[in-house]
Formats: sequence, C-alpha cells, structure tokens
Amino acid sequence: MAEHIVESIYRFLPEIALTVTLVAAIVADLILKERNRNVAWVVLGGLAVTAVLVLRQIGWSESIFSDMIAVDPFAVFFKVVLLVAGLFIVLFSMKSRELEHNATRIGEYYMLLTGVIFGMFLMVGATNLLLMYLAFELTSISSYVLAGFTKSLRKSAEASMKYIIFGAISSGFLIYGISLLVGITGATDIYGVRDALQGGVEQQMALHIATIMIIVGFSYKITVVPFHFWAPDVYHGAPVTITTFLATASKIAGFAMMIRFFKISYVESGSVVASGSWELVEGVQWNVILAILAALTIMAANLMALWQENIKRLLAFSSIAHAGFILMGLVLLSDEGISAMMIYMAIYLFMNMGAFYVVMLVSNKLDTEWISDYEGLGHRSPFLGVAMAIFLVALAGFPPTAGFIAKVYIFGATINAGWIWLVAVAGLATVISLYYYVRVVRNMFLVDPAESDGPVILDSGSMTILVLLLIPVLLLGVYFSPIVEWAKHSVTMFGM
Amino acid sequence: MVFPEWLAEPGLNHFLVVSAILFSLGLLAVISRRNIIMVLMGIELILNSANLNFVAFSRYGALSLEGHMIALFVIIIAAAEAAIALAIALNIYNRFGSVDVEQISELKE
Repeated sequence: MAEHIVESIYRFLPEIALTVTLVAAIVADLILKERNRNVAWVVLGGLAVTAVLVLRQIGWSESIFSDMIAVDPFAVFFKVVLLVAGLFIVLFSMKSRELEHNATRIGEYYMLLTGVIFGMFLMVGATNLLLMYLAFELTSISSYVLAGFTKSLRKSAEASMKYIIFGAISSGFLIYGISLLVGITGATDIYGVRDALQGGVEQQMALHIATIMIIVGFSYKITVVPFHFWAPDVYHGAPVTITTFLATASKIAGFAMMIRFFKISYVESGSVVASGSWELVEGVQWNVILAILAALTIMAANLMALWQENIKRLLAFSSIAHAGFILMGLVLLSDEGISAMMIYMAIYLFMNMGAFYVVMLVSNKLDTEWISDYEGLGHRSPFLGVAMAIFLVALAGFPPTAGFIAKVYIFGATINAGWIWLVAVAGLATVISLYYYVRVVRNMFLVDPAESDGPVILDSGSMTILVLLLIPVLLLGVYFSPIVEWAKHSVTMFGM
Repeated sequence: MVFPEWLAEPGLNHFLVVSAILFSLGLLAVISRRNIIMVLMGIELILNSANLNFVAFSRYGALSLEGHMIALFVIIIAAAEAAIALAIALNIYNRFGSVDVEQISELKE
C-alpha cells in the first residue's frame, strides 16, 4: 500500500507542480514589485515545468491512488492540449488592457487560473465518480469568480451571476444523477460501475433517469443546445481572456471527462465497438438522443449566430456550434469517432484562441466589440485583418487551414458509422456558418475605413503571440499527420 | 401514534421519494423565484436531495460507508458554492441596486 502511494505521488507530479505554482502565484503577488508582469512570469514558469512533467508521462498507462485517477495516453493528450491553452491564456492576460485596470488583484487572477487548470487536469484523468464531481466543481467554482473578475463592470457582474446560477443547477443535476448511478451499482469508480452494469441491474428506470441527468450535467459544461443559454451572456460579459479560456479549455476538459465516463462505464470491456453501441444500458437508444442533441446544437447555434452584432457573442455561438460538431464523435463512441473528436479539439483550440486574441487586441486598441466597428480594419492593420480572416476561415472549416482537416475527420468518421443524416445537417450548417464568418471578413476588407481612422499599430509581443497561433492553424492544414497519428494513439484509456 | 401501513417500516423507497420531491421543489424554486437569494436556496435543496440519496443508499442499498463520505464532500462543495454565490450576489447588488434576476439582463441584443 505504501509503495502504491509513493508511486502514485510520483505519477501525480504534474498536478503537484500546478499546486506549487498556485501557491507561488500568491507568494509572488505578495513580495514582488510590478505585480502584473512578474506574477505572470512565475505562472508561465510553473506551467512550463508542468509541461515537462506531463511530457514524461507519454506512454504510461497506470491507475493511481486506488483507481482514483488514470494516467494514460488519453489523459496525457488532453493535459498537453490544456497546458497549451493555459500558456496562451497567461500570455493573453499579460497583454490585456481590461485586466490592467484591476492590477492590484492580479495575483488572485493567476491563482484562480492555475486552480482551473489543476481542476481540468483532474477532470481528464478522474476515474472515480466523486473525484469527477469534485474536479468538475473545482473548475466551475473558480470560473465563476474569473468570469466576474472585472467586478466594477456591470456586464462582468451579470455574467458571473448567470454563470453561477446555471452552473450550480447543472452540477445539481450531475450529482443527483451520480447519486442514483452509485446507488444502483454500488460502486463509486467507473470500472465498478461497468462491472455492475455488465452483471445487469434490476432498476432500469432509475438507471435511465441517472443517465439522462448525467448527460444534462455534462451538456451544460460543453454548451450543448438546449443547455447552452448561459454561454452567450457569460462569454459576452466576462473578460476576453476568460471568455477564451471558457470557450476552449473548459469545453475540452468537459468533453474529455464525458468521453471517459461513457466509454469506460457504458461499453463492455474488451469489445470492439461498432458504430454507436451503447450496449450496457438497454431500452433507450442513447446514441440517437446524442445525435439529435448534436444536430440541434449545430443548427440552432449557427442560425442564432447570424443575428449577432457583437463579435464576442458571435464567437460564443460559433463555439457552441463547434461543440455540436465535436459531439458527433461521441455519438459513435468508437475509437475512430473519439480520435476524430480529439483531432477536432486540438485544432479548435488554436483557431478559436486566435480569433478571440484578435478580438482582444482590437478591444485593447479601439475599445470596441461591435462587428460594425471592424469596418476597414484590414486596411488599418493588414496583419491583424489577414490573421483574423485566416482564423475565421479555419473556424468555418475550409482548406488550406486546419479547420478543414478537423471537419474532414469528424465527418468521415460519422459517415463511416452510417449517420448520413447527421453529416447532412452538419454540412448544411457549415454552409450557413460561412455567411456570418464572411460578414466579418467583408467588414474588415471590403469597407473603406473612415477618414479619421489612423492605422492600428501592434507591439512586437502581440505580433509574436499572433504568429504562434497562426503557425499551427496553417501548418496543421497541410501537414496534419503528426496530430492525427498522435490522436489515434491516444484513444487508449486505462482499463478499456 | 399509529402509522399507516406503508409508513410503518421506512425503507429505501421512502427516502428516494422524499429526495425526488426535494429535487423537484429545488428546481421549482430556481425556475419560479426572482430573488437571487431564493434561487440559491433552491440550488441548496437540489444538492441536499442528492445527499439524501447517498446516505439512503448507504444505509439500505449496496453502498457501504462511501455514501456518507460522498455526502460530506457534497456538503463542503455546497458551502463553497454558497460562499462564492453570495459574494457574487453582493457584487450584483452593488452594481445594479437590486437582486432581482429578471431586472439584471443587460446582456441581450
């Protein structure tokens, strides 16, 4: 037992490094001068150390702390993706003007940010239902505070209020579902749940209710229609850096936890999953329900995005639509579907962050978030305009950007599994989405700027971050085999 | 005092029914109440209904002491959430001069 604990601690080092970073951020805030910069550097350093420790875990497949957490290729893939997100968010935060107004409290900001990343690390690895819930809440509760971090702004206060009300309800649904599931199966870890379900349970009705409630709880986190209504308001009101974080990392971690939960506990171990077999919970076709949710999400979000005048709201609806595309892979629940989801999420991270970063730079310089104010931006700052155009084309899913590759794999997997109607809906929605993405591009390039508007000049740091985001979006569009191979090797979960 | 027959021997089902009622009442409060504090009370009801489930399953069902343990954790989470929520509610009151959920909706097109 003692050996197991010591070994577990060894395999838990990235998370420990994050915790140390969290404490270091508080201490640095207390003792360092010129806090805004220096605390960020401390956190960046901590994340870099964590990244090294995570990269050492490649190839491991272990269950630690008595089946609490799994350290397997699946978790490592997501930890790397989440760390990249975290690193970029810290870089964004250093450039954000919104946060500068709250410089006296910036230590808290970085502390909470590290806490959220820590919670997400637990989310992608957790194999125990209690730990899943705790990790879910750790991310959520810290995010509530971060969404309202610029608390003197009315919109930020409103965003955090809406976020905590909807978040708390959904966490209530999740824990109620978990309580039923745990009660029926008598097991608290997902392997035990699977064994109990394999043996057959008598209370089918309770099992169905539990499954529905757990899906509702997860759906809120990944913003699936009809549980998305908090997202546009929260994304609109929160500081841009936090909006970016919620739209990418938070959603990715939610998907990772959802995949692991359903893949392990609802699918017979060792079975080669054909298209959409959720064999352990009979009576209801869960894959059809999820397919309908995915189709609804894709359609509704893309249609609602057409009317948005605020760029943050537009990107919020766009990110909801992307959640729908990613959910298509979960309908299949096959290795092919899940690896397609992982490819999509890794690419989605870069293109969405890029788009939000341009929004942040524009609001830094011009103090606006309205699409109409983007008129002539392409002439005032060609680099910013071209970068935004590339990110938007990638989000729409057209070659030669990485967004195309992401869509090809997820559509391909769905067609292979025989869900033609789902792909038809998704394809139609992609065409619709083109309209609102192109509207922004048209505003930037085809409308001349007003006479009084001078050029927008970026500092070299902002340019560098933008280039760092542009490279993967363009490179993965033509040279995508590394990420595809990596995702295919990373579908292995411990105990599958 | 004489109990009716269906109440004489309390079992798992009784507790599950009570917790289901609690959950529904909590949800009702969240949906119908306009005061943010009352909404938070509803959320507490929802979380506590799950706690009741855990403890009932622990007493009558297949769960061992784990049920009690999970319930303790959920209580802690509920406390943390309430602390954050009240801080946010206070900030809302400072900005808007009201804690009426329906009046706080500036983030609409």
